Amino acid sequence: MSPQPDHQWIDLLRENEDEVIAAWTAAAEASLAGRMTGSDLANDIREIYNGLLAGEGAETDIRSSVYDGLRALLNDLGRTRARQGFSPTEAATSIFALKQVVLDLLGRRGDLAAYRAFANLSIIVDDLGLYMLETYANARETVIAQQAETLLELSTPVVKLWDNIVALPLVGTLDSARTQVVMEALLQALVDTGSEHAIIDITGVPAVDTQVAQHLLKTVQAARLLGAECIVSGIRPQIAQTVVALGIEFGDIHTKANLSDAMLLAMRRSGLDIVGRS
Amino acid sequence: MTDAPTDDQTVLPLKADSDVVRVRQLVRDVATAVRLSLVDQTKLVTAASELARNTLVYGGGGEARVRRLTQGTSVGVEVVFSDDGPGIADTDLALTDGWTSGNGLGLGLSGTRRLVDDFHLDTAPGAGTTVTIAKWRR
Amino acid sequence: MERIPILRIGEMLLVSIQVDLQDHTALMLQDDLSNRIVETGAKGVLIDISALEIVDSFIGRMISTTAAVSRVLDAETVVVGMQPAVAITLVELGLTLSGVRTALDVDRGLRMLRDSVEFPVVERGVTPDDGRAD
Ligand SMILES: Nc1ncnc2c1ncn2[C@@H]1O[C@H](COP(=O)(O)OP(=O)(O)O)[C@@H](O)[C@H]1O
Ligand SMILES: [Mg+2]
Repeated sequence: MSPQPDHQWIDLLRENEDEVIAAWTAAAEASLAGRMTGSDLANDIREIYNGLLAGEGAETDIRSSVYDGLRALLNDLGRTRARQGFSPTEAATSIFALKQVVLDLLGRRGDLAAYRAFANLSIIVDDLGLYMLETYANARETVIAQQAETLLELSTPVVKLWDNIVALPLVGTLDSARTQVVMEALLQALVDTGSEHAIIDITGVPAVDTQVAQHLLKTVQAARLLGAECIVSGIRPQIAQTVVALGIEFGDIHTKANLSDAMLLAMRRSGLDIVGRS
Repeated sequence: MTDAPTDDQTVLPLKADSDVVRVRQLVRDVATAVRLSLVDQTKLVTAASELARNTLVYGGGGEARVRRLTQGTSVGVEVVFSDDGPGIADTDLALTDGWTSGNGLGLGLSGTRRLVDDFHLDTAPGAGTTVTIAKWRR
Repeated sequence: MERIPILRIGEMLLVSIQVDLQDHTALMLQDDLSNRIVETGAKGVLIDISALEIVDSFIGRMISTTAAVSRVLDAETVVVGMQPAVAITLVELGLTLSGVRTALDVDRGLRMLRDSVEFPVVERGVTPDDGRAD
């Protein structure tokens, strides 16, 4: 078997398999700053290595079917790196590192024909790196979208406090979109749990604007249409001032200084009293 | 909105009470098909119900055209109500909460505008009335 | 033209709206209810709208008017089972149905009516042979 000179990179890799994989793994490991165990990384790299050799060095187009396995592997890796929170550079370096490894190898040999072979290898490796980055970017977008959704869900923790009473402790800045999601969740929870009392606690909310205050008011009115009453607790002094300054009609809303006062009121309205043992 | 690529539209006549129900059902079907959230579906169907009734009661009958909207990656539903009735002379007044020339609650036009994303009122005395509304998937 | 059935449960009237209401049907229901209140001397009216997928200003007005008319006829009206999406939409439309009492479901609506309605004939605790004293 006498491969064409520009295919020689595959022989170069085969002849130095162990050294290449070891050096490649080490370079990748350095760039990932110890956030992946060496053995996981070594496995990944060996699989990429095998995928690369599957083309027998005759194919430089990475879209070719001989590289199907390799592309599938890079898809997985790109997604995994994105989820693991690695940066694009970190993700791609594990591929590009192969070039440095082979270059070092050639430098020691001083073989000109081999350098030409390297140029071909270099093209392929660049393409592979970019290919993985594409997957990486797509996966990253999905991750971000999922996180945004999760955050929104996490931030609507409607809790059942007692038979007939649910509470919605709000924390953080309320924008119009979030307020709407939160309020829908509250109304649904009232129906699902058959609760006639809702406490909206805004102790953790730094400020409200007109729109958010309006949403609060609408939620109270919608809850009433369902057959439930809302109490808003934990209104900070600044928020109270804003509400008054904005001229928002809050008169219809029952307010309490804190969650426990609201809880007591809700219990009393449900026909329950808390009595101390004598 | 008007130059967005369109899918097939369905035209329903508005000549009787029962047509209003039919429009509500069609709008619900299309809104479900483009996967509007339940709240958004409900808002759109309610708006359609208000406008269909106006077309019937004040416009003396007309029609409703319902179609799916696609613009880039966004999808939505558009409903157009049109009649050849007397038209509206003072649109600002007609769009005021609580104002009615009949014995309604005067919330049909003004409330509908709050329920949808796009609202367009095209009318002149003697030239009929066309109201176009749309709601987009979030 | 379909009519919405009105059921009588003791001193209460129960209406469960299961169809997409035409304006005309809604108006007929409003008339039928006033007539039945007078006929039966009902003290409470329960309107179950849990199956209604929308309430627009026409149906909203029908509900408000029914509540007001029954009050004149000495009967309380409670609307039960409104869906959250319907409630959100109604508020956005500009209708809060002030003056209409609401409850989450039929059970709670009935309880609410029993609590507020006076029973002139048999009062709790005064039946002489009640046996149990409480
Ligand atoms: N299609 C129409 N043709 C003519 N006039 C209309 C039409 N739609 C609405 N209007 C006018 O606008 C007014 C307000 O309409 P709307 O807000 O739906 O309240 P309502 O139906 O309770 O009167 C109507 O009373 C009527 O005078
Ligand atoms: Mg109207």
